[in-house]
Amino acid sequence: MSLELQHPAVAPQRLSHQFEQIDQQNEIYIVGMWTFLVTEIMFFGALFVALTVYRSVYPDAFEQAHTALNVWLGLTNTFILLTSSFTAAMAVRSKMLGERTRTLFFLAITIMCAFGFLCVKYVEYSAEFREHHFPGPNFHWEQPVTASAVQGDLSANSQVALGSPKISVNEFPANYQPQQLALHKRELFFSLYFVMTGLHGFHVIIGIFVLGTLWLLIYFRHPTVDDYMPVELAGLYWHFVDIVWIFLYPLVYLIGKQ
Amino acid sequence: MSSIPLNPGALGSDGRARARENYLNIKHTVSSWLLTADHKRIAVLYMISISVMFLFGGLAAAGIRIALVRPHDTFFSSETYNKLFSAHGIIMVFFFLVPSIPATLGNFLLPIMIGARDLAFPRLNLLSWYLFMFGAVLVMGAIMFGGIDTGWTFYEPYSSVYANTNVVAVIVGVFIAGFSSIATGINFLVTVHKMRAPGLTWFRLPLFVWAMYATSIIIVLGTPVVAITLLMVVLERVFGVCVFNPACGGDPILFEHLFWFYSHPAVYIMILPSMGIISEVIACFARKRIFGYEFVAFSSMAIALLGFLVWGHHMFVTGESMYSGMVFSLITFLIAVPSAIKVFNWSATLYKGNVWLTAPLVFAIGFILLFTIGGLTGLYLASLAVDVHLNMTYFVVAHFHYVMVGGAIFGYMAGLHFWWPKITGRMYPEGWAMLSAFILFIGFNLTFFPQFILGFDGMPRRYHFYPPEFQMWNILSTAGSSVLAVGMLIPAFYFLWSLKYGDIAPANPWGAKGLEWTIPSPPPSFNFETVPIVTEEAYAYEAIYAAELAGDYSHVEASIPYNQEYVEKPQSNISNEEHQ
Amino acid sequence: MNFPIMPQTASNYAVSIDDIYFTLVALTVIFTGIVTLMLLVFAVRYRRGTKVSRKNPSTGNLYMELTWSIIPMLLGLWIYGWSAIPYSRIYGDPPANASEIFLIGKRWMWHFQHVNSGIRENNELHIPVGKAVKVTMISQDVIHGFYVPAFRLKRDCLPGRYNTVWFRPNKIGKYYLFCSEYCGTNHSEMGGYVYVMSPQDYAQWKSNGGSQTLKETETTTEIGHDLFEKYGCAQCHGAQDNVHGPSMNGLFGTTVTLANGQSATVDDNFLRTAIINPQAQRIAGWPAIMSGFPVGSGDGQISEENLLDLISYIKSLGNSQHAAPVVGNNSTSTVALKPLASKPAVNHSSSLATKGQSR
Repeated sequence: MSLELQHPAVAPQRLSHQFEQIDQQNEIYIVGMWTFLVTEIMFFGALFVALTVYRSVYPDAFEQAHTALNVWLGLTNTFILLTSSFTAAMAVRSKMLGERTRTLFFLAITIMCAFGFLCVKYVEYSAEFREHHFPGPNFHWEQPVTASAVQGDLSANSQVALGSPKISVNEFPANYQPQQLALHKRELFFSLYFVMTGLHGFHVIIGIFVLGTLWLLIYFRHPTVDDYMPVELAGLYWHFVDIVWIFLYPLVYLIGKQ
Repeated sequence: MSSIPLNPGALGSDGRARARENYLNIKHTVSSWLLTADHKRIAVLYMISISVMFLFGGLAAAGIRIALVRPHDTFFSSETYNKLFSAHGIIMVFFFLVPSIPATLGNFLLPIMIGARDLAFPRLNLLSWYLFMFGAVLVMGAIMFGGIDTGWTFYEPYSSVYANTNVVAVIVGVFIAGFSSIATGINFLVTVHKMRAPGLTWFRLPLFVWAMYATSIIIVLGTPVVAITLLMVVLERVFGVCVFNPACGGDPILFEHLFWFYSHPAVYIMILPSMGIISEVIACFARKRIFGYEFVAFSSMAIALLGFLVWGHHMFVTGESMYSGMVFSLITFLIAVPSAIKVFNWSATLYKGNVWLTAPLVFAIGFILLFTIGGLTGLYLASLAVDVHLNMTYFVVAHFHYVMVGGAIFGYMAGLHFWWPKITGRMYPEGWAMLSAFILFIGFNLTFFPQFILGFDGMPRRYHFYPPEFQMWNILSTAGSSVLAVGMLIPAFYFLWSLKYGDIAPANPWGAKGLEWTIPSPPPSFNFETVPIVTEEAYAYEAIYAAELAGDYSHVEASIPYNQEYVEKPQSNISNEEHQ
Repeated sequence: MNFPIMPQTASNYAVSIDDIYFTLVALTVIFTGIVTLMLLVFAVRYRRGTKVSRKNPSTGNLYMELTWSIIPMLLGLWIYGWSAIPYSRIYGDPPANASEIFLIGKRWMWHFQHVNSGIRENNELHIPVGKAVKVTMISQDVIHGFYVPAFRLKRDCLPGRYNTVWFRPNKIGKYYLFCSEYCGTNHSEMGGYVYVMSPQDYAQWKSNGGSQTLKETETTTEIGHDLFEKYGCAQCHGAQDNVHGPSMNGLFGTTVTLANGQSATVDDNFLRTAIINPQAQRIAGWPAIMSGFPVGSGDGQISEENLLDLISYIKSLGNSQHAAPVVGNNSTSTVALKPLASKPAVNHSSSLATKGQSR
């Protein structure tokens, strides 16, 4: 940052009344943004704690439930977000160097990546809604939630045993839901999945608004964005959104049973 | 006084001139208040808002005390009673105590104390007030139209599955108010870090600033956790997702962990700012540097950090592991040490001081006494076996009221009286203030001391009906609460009265040190004409102390009757030499 | 005019907890006294204009700081250690001969089941003096709190998980029982009494089938046995291990290796999970074929009450391989009083075994 400030192309910066020097103002904006990101970390942190706790209590259910997620779509999104983080960084750099066109270009790519991320997420969500994986009264686990399925070692033998009158499943009426509790534990996984990815998605949407506003302001040469600081701050925020996903993806999509 | 190096140009010789432009009279339109970015005006807005909320919370408390006069109350139904104590808890905790000192006195004083023209993010500060108001209106609406009966703790699965009241609206209101407090916390942290005046090193900071800094750390780290936890309760209610509901394998104890991870530190959000105020008031009126400055400063930080490691002491009887109980208990005992350090340092500051007994000091002494009792009774609840008996009884209620009312509110009152001349430009009536301090102290003890005994007797909290043998203590408590209410109403009247009829306040009525006293009362919009340069530590009272012992009280600008007798009756030089 | 200052003391914990409590009261009085004295004396003695010696005013002293840090800390650590001892007893393992009581909390009543005698009562608990009692509790809805001030005893009663606590009442009398965790509208009315009775009175009360309360003629263990058959448990978990599942004989209290490689002790909570969600902790070597029984009142579901009955029965099957389950382990006279005395007091394990095999 200090290096760029010496650059002759740096636009004049507006100093608010409460500050003495432009350096102080810029530093304060950066520190403020980081403090805000700390609160965001604590915000997501509580959810990560809940996920960790429940995963350790119900390893099998969580292991099985996570197989229903689409790893490849998640991976695609990871690449999209990583790309957007790179372009966001490039946008900040271009803005520091005073290169308006390049700034607009990189911001536009970042925004498109964000939209791309949401589109992929939409595809994922709609599949999950179709399959009734959204928690609530309609939650449904279409794979047979029989004991054998839970273990994933469905042998012909036990299948026969299950069907045989000896096990007397037929003693119970049709509305008997085997493994209702096991079902609920899958619901627990999907609850956390939807809350966490939903909250992350909400942050992506906010990011789109912020970046989009910046793009428009720069496009119309609004004086508030003469300075590179707004882009820098938006970039910090965007990197944070990216990093949350970097933690979410392996924890939710990838990690199976320990 | 001659040694004051701070920006002589801003010194308040013109402090008595009514025509002088200040933050209050610079503009008079409503929009100039509602769209202000001036931290002082926002502090005043906050002060009005939390006073209104305090009134609502107090009315609910009155309802509770009326119901508890009889063991089998018929005045309220049990539903209403449950809504009353829930409303009392939610309003008082989230809409009075948490924002009380940081958002009012902190907002007003923090920038001035560190020699800044405003907080780092003035518009964020205004946003924080709007968020607070939005949350407050939502919660008050929900309470008026239907109410909420979960208690302020929103324990699962009651709050998500079983309660039929306005849980969603109230939680959303609390959630929004939480962001208002986060905004304040971020603002303060950045301001203290980056906007101190030249020469104002960390160890020259007033202890109030240290306290606000420690408070902000807690706000920034804790509030988001409770926000997301409460959000999940709402999602459970609205969408039927499963996070804490045991019917789908969720763990209600996890909710308690996450809730108390914020809500125990939140207790320190309420008490630390008060401790900062007490340090200021004691040092000023003892005319001495605070005893053990570094210890007092670091004990604030120790409380803030250790405060995050003790949340499990709310859960000794819930079935958490015995060993985790032992660890939480141990850390809780350790956190008592920094509190003890503060109490002893304050007491030692008075030793050999030249003590000026004013209303703020009387409130401060009241604070120390009540906080000592409140803090020590906290150890009963930290003691594992004793807590098994006392947990969730009236002992807990008495304990936290000693800390939060005896502590936080007495501290707030001390600060309000101390800085009232600075904020409004008017002096409060000293005699009435003294009277209200004593009435409050007596009323408070009469209300809450019986509750310690009730708790040990085994009366559970949140009980509408109780066994008849507890009745006499409850009557005593209710009687005390009416005294307490009188003690609260007197200041409300004389503060309002003083706005118009109070003596005009000079820039430095108390002869106090600190940058806020170097500018006129009330301060101009941008606080300082030029940035002050600080060359001495906070509480450099040596010169004033020496002058007063020599009989010179000219630095005290307080108008009649504050200073009259001393100015007119200077002590003889003989006695002074004798004791120097 | 009645100003009680302390509750009755009626359990083995009461005195030790009171000792700590009153020590703390003494410390509070001493410290508050010191602080009050300092504040008032200094504020008055050194008030403005008094002609007292103000020589060498001090603004800091490391040794004093250390003194008032270390002394409170040592006192605190002492109280901490002292108070941890009764705590570890209250929530620790009960004595082997403790009589068991199951407790179900629901809005807004307490439902007790005496495991040995099968007597059930609501909002009242009758126990003999001097005999250790272990209470295993669970809630059907929200969190409740089992609180008997005279015993200085409290335990949260959680939904979905068993909590236990034990105590030994040592004084005959009638004591309050409260719900300490806020549970909704009638929270303050969710309570009753604990009657601590002399052994003679208790024996008489028991032989009356529990004086004024619901008369239950079967012990929980007997009910558990019936449920064991009704739910078809016996088919796979009969007297001997078979290809489908392990026998319950001698299982309780043993340590088993689970399919996921961990080992676990078969206790109340283990059995509860095993019934509700068997796959969560399947014992190694058996096929994963059992369907669980969710908690509830519908078909194919099992109530919390019945869960406790079942567990009680499985417990009675003992932890020795060939022990015959003792279903009616009361005295013969008690059995004789039962209307259902016609039911033969047979060796259930053998009858189970034959039924299980014969299908």
